[in-house]
Amino acid sequence: MSLNAMRTARLATTLTAASRSIVQQNMLHLHTSFKTHYAAPSTPPPAEGFMPGVANSKLIKHTHHDALRNPELAGVANGETKKMNTFQAINDAMSIALATDDTACVFGEDVAFGGVFRCTMGLSEMFGRDRVFNTPLSEQAIAGFGIGMAAMGSTAIAEIQFADYIFPAFDQLVNEAAKYRYRSGGEFNVGGLCIRTPSGAVGHGGHYHSQSPEAYFAHTPGLKVVIPRSPIQAKGLLLASIRDRNPVIFMEPKILYRAAVEMVPVGDYELPIGKAEILTQGKDLTVVGWGAQLYVLENAIQLAQKKMPGLSVELIDLRSILPWDVETVCNSVNKTGRLLIAHEAPKTQGFAAEIASTVMERCFLRLEAPPQRLCSFDTPFPLIYEKFHVPDMIRCAEGIERAMKF
Amino acid sequence: MLSSQKISLAKVAARAFITPLTVRTFASSAVARTVSLDLHKNSFETYNCDAPSLEVKLPKEELVRMYQSMVVMRRMEMASDGLYKAKLIRGFCHLCTGQEAVAVGMETALTAEDKIITAYRCHGFTYMRGGSITSILAELLGRKAGISGGKGGSMHMFTPNFYGGNGIVGAQVPLGAGVAFAQKYLDKKAATFSLYGDGASNQGQVFEAYNMAKLWDLPAVFVCENNRYGMGTAANRSSANTSYFKRGDYIPGLKVNGMDVLAVHQAVAYAKEWTVSGKGPLLLEMETYRYGGHSMSDPGTTYRTREEIQHMRSNNDPITGLKQRLLESNIVTEDELKAIDKAARVEVDKAVEEAKASPEPEISEFWTQIYKKGTEVPYVRGREPEEFHRY
Repeated sequence: MSLNAMRTARLATTLTAASRSIVQQNMLHLHTSFKTHYAAPSTPPPAEGFMPGVANSKLIKHTHHDALRNPELAGVANGETKKMNTFQAINDAMSIALATDDTACVFGEDVAFGGVFRCTMGLSEMFGRDRVFNTPLSEQAIAGFGIGMAAMGSTAIAEIQFADYIFPAFDQLVNEAAKYRYRSGGEFNVGGLCIRTPSGAVGHGGHYHSQSPEAYFAHTPGLKVVIPRSPIQAKGLLLASIRDRNPVIFMEPKILYRAAVEMVPVGDYELPIGKAEILTQGKDLTVVGWGAQLYVLENAIQLAQKKMPGLSVELIDLRSILPWDVETVCNSVNKTGRLLIAHEAPKTQGFAAEIASTVMERCFLRLEAPPQRLCSFDTPFPLIYEKFHVPDMIRCAEGIERAMKF
Repeated sequence: MLSSQKISLAKVAARAFITPLTVRTFASSAVARTVSLDLHKNSFETYNCDAPSLEVKLPKEELVRMYQSMVVMRRMEMASDGLYKAKLIRGFCHLCTGQEAVAVGMETALTAEDKIITAYRCHGFTYMRGGSITSILAELLGRKAGISGGKGGSMHMFTPNFYGGNGIVGAQVPLGAGVAFAQKYLDKKAATFSLYGDGASNQGQVFEAYNMAKLWDLPAVFVCENNRYGMGTAANRSSANTSYFKRGDYIPGLKVNGMDVLAVHQAVAYAKEWTVSGKGPLLLEMETYRYGGHSMSDPGTTYRTREEIQHMRSNNDPITGLKQRLLESNIVTEDELKAIDKAARVEVDKAVEEAKASPEPEISEFWTQIYKKGTEVPYVRGREPEEFHRY
């Protein structure tokens, strides 16, 4: 394909995606009644954790109908929903994965007891200790073991207890998991591997319990990296990650385990990997985030709108860091002309850098302001300075203002 | 080396984080009052080495200070527990209640030249290696008076001869081998003790460190603090071989009753002599027990029975054990011990108040210590395009 033809083809996809997003916009506006939800047999514990704004967030689907209005959930649209927090939704996803795939196993440190965040509660009782089992404290071996298991065609759902502990397994994931298919000329692959790991800040985690290492893995062809924002998303994206025939690193924002509660479809459903979701439509500014940062951004947008009445912001949940949805983001920026990206990881080489440079390549003539990157400081993650370290609501609101007034 | 160390000690002492003594090396002025005590015959089990002598000779004052240190340590951990439950300490916090004999028995057998490195259950070691109670509690609280300025918290505590707590399970063990290598290279007659738990013993890097240490005959002592549970997993459910002292294969090992501070002292003195004399590394397994949960979110009763905990408390408590020894040998009176208990309570209570009174650190400290002062990158970038901290 000639360079010109490629450009034309790219422009064509851009346009179709643009029209698609308008359809999506209309669908989102098809408000139906707010009927009450199904009674949940066991209700999640009260929301807790330092995450202001999650419980009352408009991004959270509080009712059955609210939850099922999503066209991506068409497959379970006639099914029941149940009130779940994020760890329960993740638990539900793994339960379905184990029930529908005889080769699937769940393993990691303390998972047979339910895991430190309760994500694997009851799974060993339900599916047996031979399928849901504890491993020694050996992250490198957990990853390597999962890779070997997946190379045999099985489904390996491994937990690394905190994303901060994933670095002993870094070699296994980057050199073994990511390259197995390529190195063996397609003879072997580790498609059945999914590594779950809690990431992100909680307010007081300190150096080894707060990091967001998604960018390290986003630099590795062969891996996929997914981060959900809510219980519904977590369930669908985790099922997709487990079933995706590539190694997937699934990072769970640990603050949302208890803080986010939604009406989650009880059925078996997957949400697409590599597809961003437009959460609010807008025409003035594109705001991109993922995981827990979206709630900070939601509040920041509201704050900015108080200052700038009529401001119309398009909020996008990237959901998948690798591959990331270039089309949705670039279409949006082509529409708005302005971009803000926010994440908890430090700024230098954070994933916002990749998004910003791609947007510069693809939307250069359309940009009205430099892309704004709202990230944590380029420092280690300090215990006492945590709230100062991360890009909070006020900083993000200022970023919005800066983008608008450039 | 020595002078630079002195300077750094002085510097740290000037920050008032370290008590003037720098390390609680126990005064040897009372040699004349040395007493001899016999250890229980089951105190040690050996692997490819001889057992240490069962006769412990220590000055009376030192024995009393062992008791005092353990009592203070326990009060300090109880105070941490209280501060955590009052929501003043947040995040991660791992207490060593029940395991005091390991840190205390070790310290009496070592000098400031010897080095220690451990994992996250580090408050007791920090105290024994010279960290003040106030600085430890203030670190937990995230205050300016904290031993790491409030930047770290529970597992991030250091003193000049204590290479720290560490939160990545097992990561400290190869570091310890490196510290030991430097000691050998610099002709120090000293050893490095790398501590890790029964859970961490299965990390690959532990075995990588064993190999290097033996290959180069480093003065490295690998100390497995076996408290029977890696978080909630019993040792035999995580380890194919629970004789941790035998897991060095080509490295001799010694299993020690880690609930008896005198046995710990004896084993550590033996291990230091072994390694410093050029015989290469040694493994120690301290059989110990934590009374509380793994961390503050673990009640510690779901994977073991209350009876088991009660049994350990009433039959193997390191403080009660030493107390009985001291009384039986007429080294101290009951009243003297009571006075020590009372003084410990007063000392810790005072430290709690001091720590609570300490302010949060200034924001100017947020950017320090990422790089060496004066050689920093020109600036670190902040949360927004125009937010920089310039050095």
